[in-house]
Amino acid sequence: MKQLLDGNEAAALAAKLARVKVISAYPITPQTTVVEHLADFVANGELDAEFMKVESEHSAMSACIGAAATGVRTFTATSSQGLMLMSEMLFVASGLRLPIVMTNANRSLSAPLSIWCDQQDSMAVRDSGWVQLYCENNQEILDTTLQAFKIAEEMLLPVMVCYDGYILSHTAEPVDVLEQAEVDEFLPPYKYPYPLDPENPVTMGPVGVPEYYMEFRYMLQKAMRASQKEIVKVGKEFKKKFGRGDGLVERYHSDDAKIILLTIGSLSSSAKDIVDRYRKRGEKIGLVRVRSFRPFPVGELIDAIGHAKAVAVVEKDVSLGSAGGLFLDAAASFINVEPAPLMLNFICGLAGRDVSPLQIREAVREAAKAAESGKVKHAVKWLGLREKLVGLEK
Amino acid sequence: MSAIPDVELVAPGHGACAGCSCILTMRHALKALGKDVIISMATGCMEVSTSPYPYTSWRVPWIHAAFENAAAVASGVARALKVLGKSHVKSVAIAGDGGTADIGLQALSGAVERGENILYICYDNEAYMNTGIQRSGVTPFGAWTTTTPVGKVSRGADRPKKDLPAIMVAHGAPYVATASVAYIPDFINKVKKAAAINGPTYIHVNASCVPGWRIESERAIEIPRLAVLTGAWVLYEVENGKLNVTFKPKRRPISDYLKTQGRFRHLTEQEIAEIQRRVDEQCKRFGIE
Amino acid sequence: MKAGAVITEPGSTEKKHTGSWRTFRPIIDPNKCTACTLCWLYCPEPAIIKGKPHSVDYRYCKGCGICAHECPVKAITMVREGSCETTP
Repeated sequence: MKQLLDGNEAAALAAKLARVKVISAYPITPQTTVVEHLADFVANGELDAEFMKVESEHSAMSACIGAAATGVRTFTATSSQGLMLMSEMLFVASGLRLPIVMTNANRSLSAPLSIWCDQQDSMAVRDSGWVQLYCENNQEILDTTLQAFKIAEEMLLPVMVCYDGYILSHTAEPVDVLEQAEVDEFLPPYKYPYPLDPENPVTMGPVGVPEYYMEFRYMLQKAMRASQKEIVKVGKEFKKKFGRGDGLVERYHSDDAKIILLTIGSLSSSAKDIVDRYRKRGEKIGLVRVRSFRPFPVGELIDAIGHAKAVAVVEKDVSLGSAGGLFLDAAASFINVEPAPLMLNFICGLAGRDVSPLQIREAVREAAKAAESGKVKHAVKWLGLREKLVGLEK
Repeated sequence: MSAIPDVELVAPGHGACAGCSCILTMRHALKALGKDVIISMATGCMEVSTSPYPYTSWRVPWIHAAFENAAAVASGVARALKVLGKSHVKSVAIAGDGGTADIGLQALSGAVERGENILYICYDNEAYMNTGIQRSGVTPFGAWTTTTPVGKVSRGADRPKKDLPAIMVAHGAPYVATASVAYIPDFINKVKKAAAINGPTYIHVNASCVPGWRIESERAIEIPRLAVLTGAWVLYEVENGKLNVTFKPKRRPISDYLKTQGRFRHLTEQEIAEIQRRVDEQCKRFGIE
Repeated sequence: MKAGAVITEPGSTEKKHTGSWRTFRPIIDPNKCTACTLCWLYCPEPAIIKGKPHSVDYRYCKGCGICAHECPVKAITMVREGSCETTP
């Protein structure tokens, strides 16, 4: 049934439909209403779950770990500083191979303080062993969160569903909300192979002595790489049942494009509009949207953009001291690969700064210039920067 | 004593030091609790010495997640047990004094405030022992540790023991008790009592550390006993706000306790007198002569 | 090797015979032992086997001496490990 929902409502509804049993979350802008909606569902008896009003995000993830290990489906949500505070436990959750699902409303990082949207938060924890799936719109938030439970429980990996704070979290869009019966058919009950149970006592989280730690890390890495297949499989299954959905990447007019925009998150929608306008004028511009950032879809990406002359990687984050996270992984995918497109990185939209069509066109122009000359003069550029304020007067 | 079960739920072959009385508290806590528990343990001596992959000493379900969050993990476990309808299984959080008084205080506070159905046991050997004897918030006044060493400018710990049990009472925990490894039947009774309550309960058990207190291993029980007999450590319980001192010793002078340990070896007569004064004040509050 | 390093064999440290740590070993005098179980109560490993008299599980005993120190009838003596003494 189609409803007008903002991103947070969609996330909360997905958790409800997934019949999560333990919710342990702490409020933080702009995730807050996810927690509030879930509290409402539980208070009204619409969702039969334990709702833990934990005292911090670190405890939120800790409680999820305890509950998931004991054998029930868990859920949490956070953003930004909360994700950072939780980060110690993110690594523990993945190391323990617990199938926890979390939604993250992408928000910028302090200092200086910012409540507005960018992807620095989830990018900062890309090493944590969590599958990271990025949503373009609110429909995707609902769909991907539901898929996340299935992927997590099959692979024994925690999954983070990311979506832009405010731009999606607080913006209403039409969302087709699936019926409970449909979801029950798609998503089987929670399964975890070694639950904490006095009838079959196990020890979880032992000391990973040097003789064994590396092997467990290898197993985790292997599972992460293997989850690419599972993400595609679950996506296909979802599409078959409900008629929509993507896999690891989405291709938009990219197959014959010489200039391709590589994007992640809701920015992709705006960028697609620009692509449409170029196409109307007969220019072969395309877009590839990364949905699965972890595991990084190396093979898929090479297939999707390898034929381009130049790729403009436009993203709302920067790995300080280096370049944008998406750019770094995308560029690394082409090491030792031929042919490889020229790649340019455009950092934009930090802390909710509007990414205008002009900025996207600038990215396309720069990529086109590089394609023309066969050279990239400056690999990284910041779009929409108030250059006067930082002494970069032209 | 015949009431103490024979079943060992903590297997030998663990790596605790010879004479470690903390592992003894684990052994007896599990005897009090029985097999229907899920232990959430914080990083620390008891955790590392009992779980070197691929070996484990635990014969009950056990999870180690991190250092500061035993109470939060145990809360998640308790909620899951509720969902699963396993009312006969108890979620128990165990942490050392480091993982409780300092880094673990937030998670503990949150769990108790929420009224989680968990028993929290803090084994208190009065410093961060697992990392090599650094001071914690419950290191007693005057004690040498590696971060409160004895030198020209400062001489041992200069802060009093943070009163964890009082903090728990202030949170309204329905049952809070102190215990000692030297008084095992008392400890076992208190654990049983605490575990039977549906709600957040707290036991703070004092135990010695051979390398950390600089004592001979054979005296590892005798010295915590002296802590109780001198009034340095008071055995009591608080049930729904009502205080009951469970043992009122005929007090021996504090020097009897202090002189047994290398961590107090540096104390002057004056410093010992100061410690005696503080102990006297503490005992007065508990009605111990 | 299970995912997440889960150990599914409870109590497996019993395979590690920590008796090799000892430099002193306790000898229980069967004539003095009253089987009061205090040594069993206070042994951290545990490495005391209840009985009449109690006996030591030398596979695990680390030689800490708590049992000898706590025994109310002084039935336990600590002798140097590797010595020929078997009786006190």
